[in-house]
Amino acid sequence: MLIGIPKEVLANENRVSASPASIKALIKLGFDVAVEDSAGNNASFNNEVYKEAGASIVSKEEAWQSDIVMKVNQPESAEVDLMKDGGNLISFIAPAQNDALLEQLKAKNINTLAMEMVPRMTRSQSMDALSSMANIAGYRAVIEATNHFGRFLTGQITAAGKIPPAKVMVIGAGVAGLAAIGTAGSLGAIVRAFDTRPEVKEQIESMGAEFLELDYEEEDTGSGDGYAKEMSQAFIDAEMALFSEQAKDVDIIITTAMIPGKPAPKLITQEMVKSMKPGSIVVDLAAPGGGNCELTVPGEINEVNQVKIVGYTDFVSRLPNQSSQLYANNLVNLMKLLCKEKDGNINIDFEDVVLRNMTVVKDGEITFPPPPIQVSAAPAAPKAEPVDPVAQVEEEPKSPTAKYVAMAVGAAAFAWVASVAPADFLSHFTVFVLACVVGYHLVWNVTHALHTPLMSVTNAISGIIIVGALLQVGSDSLIVQLLAGVAILIATINIAGGFFVTKRMLKMFRK
Amino acid sequence: MSEGIISAAYIIAALLFIMSLAGLSKQETAEAGNWYGIIGMAIALVATIANPDVTGVPLIVVCMVIGAVIGLKLAKKVEMTEMPELVAILHSFVGLAAVFVGYNSFLDHDPLMMGTTLAIHNVEIFLGVFIGAVTFTGSIVAFAKLKGIINTSALTLPHRHKLNLAAGLISIWLMINFVEAGGSIGPMLLMTIIALAFGWHLVASIGGADMPVVVSMLNSYSGWAAASAGFMLGNDLLIITGALVGSSGAILSYIMCKAMNRSFISVIAGGFGTEVHIDSDKDYGEHTEISAEATADLLSEAKTVVITPGYGMAVAQAQYPVFEITRALQAKGIEVRFAIHPVAGRLPGHMNVLLAEAKVPYDIVLGMEEINDDFPETDVVLVIGANDTVNPAASEDPTSPIAGMPVCEVWNAKQVVVFKRSMNTGYAGVQNPLFFKENTSMLFGDAKDSVEKIFKAL
Repeated sequence: MLIGIPKEVLANENRVSASPASIKALIKLGFDVAVEDSAGNNASFNNEVYKEAGASIVSKEEAWQSDIVMKVNQPESAEVDLMKDGGNLISFIAPAQNDALLEQLKAKNINTLAMEMVPRMTRSQSMDALSSMANIAGYRAVIEATNHFGRFLTGQITAAGKIPPAKVMVIGAGVAGLAAIGTAGSLGAIVRAFDTRPEVKEQIESMGAEFLELDYEEEDTGSGDGYAKEMSQAFIDAEMALFSEQAKDVDIIITTAMIPGKPAPKLITQEMVKSMKPGSIVVDLAAPGGGNCELTVPGEINEVNQVKIVGYTDFVSRLPNQSSQLYANNLVNLMKLLCKEKDGNINIDFEDVVLRNMTVVKDGEITFPPPPIQVSAAPAAPKAEPVDPVAQVEEEPKSPTAKYVAMAVGAAAFAWVASVAPADFLSHFTVFVLACVVGYHLVWNVTHALHTPLMSVTNAISGIIIVGALLQVGSDSLIVQLLAGVAILIATINIAGGFFVTKRMLKMFRK
Repeated sequence: MSEGIISAAYIIAALLFIMSLAGLSKQETAEAGNWYGIIGMAIALVATIANPDVTGVPLIVVCMVIGAVIGLKLAKKVEMTEMPELVAILHSFVGLAAVFVGYNSFLDHDPLMMGTTLAIHNVEIFLGVFIGAVTFTGSIVAFAKLKGIINTSALTLPHRHKLNLAAGLISIWLMINFVEAGGSIGPMLLMTIIALAFGWHLVASIGGADMPVVVSMLNSYSGWAAASAGFMLGNDLLIITGALVGSSGAILSYIMCKAMNRSFISVIAGGFGTEVHIDSDKDYGEHTEISAEATADLLSEAKTVVITPGYGMAVAQAQYPVFEITRALQAKGIEVRFAIHPVAGRLPGHMNVLLAEAKVPYDIVLGMEEINDDFPETDVVLVIGANDTVNPAASEDPTSPIAGMPVCEVWNAKQVVVFKRSMNTGYAGVQNPLFFKENTSMLFGDAKDSVEKIFKAL
C-alpha cells in the first residue's frame, strides 16, 4: 500500500509525519511512501533526503490520494475532500471535540486512527505520541522561559559579585513537567514541583527537584458524606494558598496541568501574577486548552506588571526536527502493529485493544468512544492475603514452644548419651562442639567475594581425613592396607589441588 | 616422636587451620590465610607419619606423591570458569576417603572394645560411612551436572520425598541392627548402597539454579564426614577440622539460600523445580533491540556505568573483554562499577573469581546490597549474561516462583542494556519482565563477541 505524507497546513506548524529513518522502516515493512513536495522543509528534511531514503516526491493532491495518509494535526475539511473513498488516515484527531470531522470521515468511509487515543499500556508506549511530544514541550518550555528571563538560571560567585540561582516552580509532574524539571535543574536552577498525586513525589525527587507538599489535612476532619467533594474543595484552597505563597518567591512558573477534552484548570490567578517579582516568567504549557493562568493569551506572550506570560501553543513545533523524528517513530511502531505480516498491508484488528482504542472510524461507522480498556488485571494475590495473617497468628505462638521442646528433648538425649558414654567420647564431643562454634563465627566474617577461595581452602583442609588413612595403612589386613592406600591417594589430590587452586585464585585478587 | 609432641603438633595444626579461615575473611590477609592452611596441613602430616605407630611409610610416600601430582595438575590447568566442577569433584574424594576410613576402622577395630564404647564406636563408623557415601555420589552428580554431562534440570521421581524418607528410616533400622550385632558387615554394606543411591538422588533432584547451594552443602558434608572419622579414631585434629569445614559449608549454604529467599530445607528436598508456574499468556509487551555500536555510544555519553554479570559471562569467557571496556571507559573519566548478586554463577563468589582473573580491581566490584541504592543515579547498566538475578518479577509479582528473592534492581537505572543469546528464560524458567521495560534494550549475540564489538566501537 502507498503511504502519503502531506505537508502540514496549520499556522506555525513545522513538524512533518515522516523522517528519512521512518521512511526506510516503512519500506522495510513493505509499504511505498509518497511525500508531498517540501513537506519536511521546516523540519530540516528536504526533498533530497526523503528521496535518498526511498520515498517519491509528489504533489499535494497525489499525497492525499494515497491508501494511507499520515499526518500530525487533524485534517481540515478541504483536505479530507482530497482523500479517496475507503482510504485510511492516521493523525491526531481530537475525536471528542470534532464531531463534524468524524461525520465527514464516516461519509467518505475512511478508516481513521487517532494518535491521542493510544492507551497508556506498557506494550503501546512505543506509539504514545502524546508522551513523546510532551517530553519535547517540557524541554522547550524551560528554553522559552530562559529566553525571556533576563538572568542566569545558575548561581555563580564571581569577582564582580554574587549571582543567586533562579527558582523555578513546575506545576504538574507528567511527562512534560518532569522534562521541564530535568532541563531547569541541569541549567542550574533551584526547582520545586507540585502535583496533586502524592505518589509522583518520588519521580519528582528523582529528577532532583523539591516536592511541594500540601498542608491541608487539618481541614478535612470529621466530614462524613460527600467526603471526596468536601476534601477536593479544601484541597484546591490549600493548593491555591501554596501557589500564591510560591509565586512571591519564584522567578519562573511552568504549568503543565491539562485535562484531555476539557478546559485547563485555572491555577495561577491575576493576583498571583501581580505578586511576582518584575522580570519573572510564567510559561503555560496548557495554553492550547485555555491555559492554567488567568492571564494567558494562547499563542502569544502577554506582559502584565513586567511579568511575561508565555502562552505559545506550538512548543513542540519549535523543535521541529526532533519532534518530527519521534512522532515518525511512533507512527512506524504503530505500523508494525498494523502490519504484522510485513507485506505492506494493514489489518485494523479489533481484537487488539490498542488498535480498538485508537480507531475512531472503521468501515463507515464511527467507533468512538471505544469501550473502556481493562486496565491490567489485578493479580488474584490479594485474595489470599487476608487468610494468611490469621494462619500466622495461630502458628506463631506454637513455634517457640516447639523449639523449646525440641531443645529440651535434645538436651535430655544428650544427657542420657553422656551418662552411659565413656569419658573419652565426651572429651572429643566437647572439642567438636567448640570447633563448630569457632567455625560458625569465623565464617560469618568472610566477605562474599572470598566465598570461592574459602570453599577451596576448606576443601583442602577437609583432606585432613588423610590422617585417618595414615593411621590405618600399617594394618596387617591387606584389604585395609589397600583401602587406606587409595584413601591417602585421593585425599592428597584434595589437599594439593585445593591449596594450589586457592593460591592461584588469591593471586588474581588485587587492588 | 613422643605422644606429647604429636599432640602439640596437632594442636598447632588445628590453630593454624582456624587462623587460615580467619585470614580468608579479608582480601588483604587471604593469601596469608592460605599459607597458614598449607603449613598446618604439613605439620599434621609430618607429625602423623613420624608417629611410631604408623608403618608402611614407603607405601604412604608413593600414594602421596601420585596424589599430589594429580592434584597439582588438576589445579594448574583448571579454568576459573570451571571452578565449581573442580570443587565438586574434590568433595567427592573426601567423601570416598571417609567411606574407606570408616570401613577400615570397622575391619580393623580394637578387639578389646566392649559394651557402650563398642556401641558408640560402631555408631560413629556407621554415620561416618553414611555421610561419606552421600557426599561421594552427591558430589559426582553435582560435578556431572555442572559439566553438563547429565541434565541440569531437577529429577523428579514419583514419591521422591517418600523415597528419601524411606532411605533414612531403613538406614536407621540398619544401624540398630549393626550396633546390636556388635558390628556385622551385612547391614553395613546394605547401608552403603542405600547411602550411595540416596546421595545420587538427593543432588539429582535439585535444579541447576540451586547449584551454589548444593556445592556448599556438599562442602559441609565433607567436613562432617571428616569429623565423624575423627570420632572413630579418637583424633581431635580430625574432629576440629571437620567441624570447621562442616560449619563453614553450612553457613555458606545458608547465605546462598537467604540470597535466593528460599528455605534451606526446600532446596535440599528439591521442591523448587516443580512449582514453576509460567504465565505464558501474560502480555509482557515488546522488547527493543540495540546494536553494539549504539551501546558504545550510550556508554560514552554516560557518567556512571554499572556492569551486572551472571553465569552467561562465565560461559562466554567474556570477563577479559569486559575489563577492557572497563578500562577504556575509565580512561574517559566514566565511573564503572560491578554489581554482583550473591548467587550469580554456579558457586558462591564465582563472579568475583572470574573478574579477579581478568584483573578487575576488587574495590570496584560491589555486592548487590552495597550497590542497589545507587542504581537510580546510574546512567547505563550492562547486564551481561544474568537473568534471574535481575528479574523485577521477584519484587513485583507475588505469584512468581522467585517472588521475594532479593535481586539487583537494575531497572531503576536510566538505561539498561541486556546481553543475551536469545529471549529464552533463565535457570528458574521464569520470564523476565525486565527485558520488556521501556528503559531496557536487548543486545543479542554471544556476550564475548558483543563486548568486543563495543570495545572496538569505543
